[in-house]
Amino acid sequence: MDKSALHVISLVSVGAHPTSGRPRRAEQDARAVELGLQLAGDNLHVLHAGDAEEPALRGYLGMGVDELHVLAQPPGADALPGLADYIRESGVQLVLTGSQAETGEGSGMLPYLLAEKLGWPLVVGMAEVESMSNGTAQVLQALPRGQRRRLKVRLPFLATVDNSAPKPRQSAYGPAQRGLLDVEEIDVVIDEVFAGAELTPAKPRPKRLKVIKAKSGADRMKAATAKASGGGGQVLKGVTAQEGAAAILKLLVEEGVVR
Amino acid sequence: MSDIIRRDPRAEWIARNRLHPLHAAMQPAQTRWMGPNGVLRKNVHGIGFIGPNGVKRIDRSGAQQGGAIKRSVSVDVQLPLHRIATPAFYIAVVPDMVGGRLSSHDRDLLGLAHGLAGNEGAVLAVIFGEHKETAFDTAGVDRLLILEGSAFSGYSPEQRVQGLRAVDNQFDPHHWLLPDSRNGGGELGRRFAASLGERPSTRVWQVAGEQCVGRAGAGTADLSRPVSRLILAQAECAEPVSETRHEALPVELSTAVARSLPRIEDLGAVAVDPALIPMSEAEFIFSGGNGVKDWPLFHRTAVALGATEGASRVAVDDGFMGRDRQVGASGTWVTARVYVAVGISGAIQHLQGIGACDKVVAINLDPTCDMIKRADLSVIGESAAILEALIEAVDTYRNGAKRDAA
Repeated sequence: MDKSALHVISLVSVGAHPTSGRPRRAEQDARAVELGLQLAGDNLHVLHAGDAEEPALRGYLGMGVDELHVLAQPPGADALPGLADYIRESGVQLVLTGSQAETGEGSGMLPYLLAEKLGWPLVVGMAEVESMSNGTAQVLQALPRGQRRRLKVRLPFLATVDNSAPKPRQSAYGPAQRGLLDVEEIDVVIDEVFAGAELTPAKPRPKRLKVIKAKSGADRMKAATAKASGGGGQVLKGVTAQEGAAAILKLLVEEGVVR
Repeated sequence: MSDIIRRDPRAEWIARNRLHPLHAAMQPAQTRWMGPNGVLRKNVHGIGFIGPNGVKRIDRSGAQQGGAIKRSVSVDVQLPLHRIATPAFYIAVVPDMVGGRLSSHDRDLLGLAHGLAGNEGAVLAVIFGEHKETAFDTAGVDRLLILEGSAFSGYSPEQRVQGLRAVDNQFDPHHWLLPDSRNGGGELGRRFAASLGERPSTRVWQVAGEQCVGRAGAGTADLSRPVSRLILAQAECAEPVSETRHEALPVELSTAVARSLPRIEDLGAVAVDPALIPMSEAEFIFSGGNGVKDWPLFHRTAVALGATEGASRVAVDDGFMGRDRQVGASGTWVTARVYVAVGISGAIQHLQGIGACDKVVAINLDPTCDMIKRADLSVIGESAAILEALIEAVDTYRNGAKRDAA
């Protein structure tokens, strides 16, 4: 892959520390920057829509990015139109984002809406870019349970990264302070729906109770004392090892775990 | 067999007739006899029968004949049927169907949909491709729509959105419910929302009246808002349906689904080193215990199957496996879909650890152990021979598949 020919934008936001709530670089966005640096090196473009004065933004500059582009917006403004216009004019092949913001609503809708607005394909949970050639890219998508799926996608495309993307490098203080912030003023579109919503501290969710709907005392006693529920399984006794193995393999293939 | 206790006049007649050839068989089992040393012996287990509620009953009136009559204890309760003849509106649910079956998350969602549908609306489940589920009726599905076709197979989010749009046009559901999970529901729901241009309620964990509560930000805040048309709900958002049976009537789309040119091509799953997958989230665990004598063979089988290795406490204590591989109450609580236990008798601590597993396969010498009672498939026999045969069977299966492809 030719690093100089590839242009990548990583979208970043301001995160919040899970315990203290202090502003920090967002975990998944930092992974998006890390992946962008590995793919494009100096050609990585880091973009933020929001308050340019936020000191936590410099955390991304400390990862080895010379310049951070900021579309200045007040809090509560809709980032989507500004970002879409900027990306459309930039002519990049790949846009990387985290999958969900750490502050605000955090619905994770932005990449989907952006892809819909730009008309680009969207890869969810990208873990690795294997190759790029002839206007297509071959990427690995992270699935639950540590699995991976190989996808072939047409350029340009949008990709979200989650916790299976490479770990972000540490942010260095000196480069973070020396880095440049390129601020651009854009039209402000207020997000009407979210403006009225109210965020409250998260309530602990109630634990689900195990309700026993037994009609008789004997059923209740059985439910309270029952050990392993038996009887449902198939027991193969007195069969040869080959027959037993064939039965096990049949089940494993049916369940799709042996391919 | 019916659970109603009936008199059998013929059996009574034979029991009275000492000359009848079947007379001996119809006598009650001997419960007391004089032992050789002049001590009276009693067999207390032979007395009585199991009554209709699963309780042992002893009839001392003398009316009982024959040996212990086994009556089936489990009574299949037929739940009342919830019938919606002409639905006033639909609540559409798109379950994840991990492994082709409804997950507990899907069932919670169907419970939520049943609550939203009330007595007039119908719950419409939209399934893509093939499935293995047999219990749609008790899960709360009133109408079942299966979108078949090669276009929906594999990873095809864009085509599935087209399918959902066609369903939306025809049925116009009041609400769309999707699981906010990493198994595809969260992604499909958001794609569908972006395509419809509707704002979904995401990460919802409670729906109460006209308001729903969802997590916001990094999970440290709650957002309460009016219920939107599209709901992406978390697990345990509602109680699953348990008191009614539903029709699960198949319905069909009247129009063909628009074909979208796939911009993302699925090249299939990639082989991942199973040893690197954390055990708590591994999908397929091959676990060994005290009954495994040949550990190199065990490791070879795990590699052949492509499974993550696990172990019982005994195997870890004896030093055959690392402590991080221990399954059970003092080790890892696993969530595997398929769990193969080799030579594990199934201590209660171990069974707790595999409580979330879907399918359990046991290979054991002892047919009475607790693991066999838990397992869906058990093979009684010497583990070494079965593992050798299993490696061979997997090799032939894979080679056969290769020959078919060539």
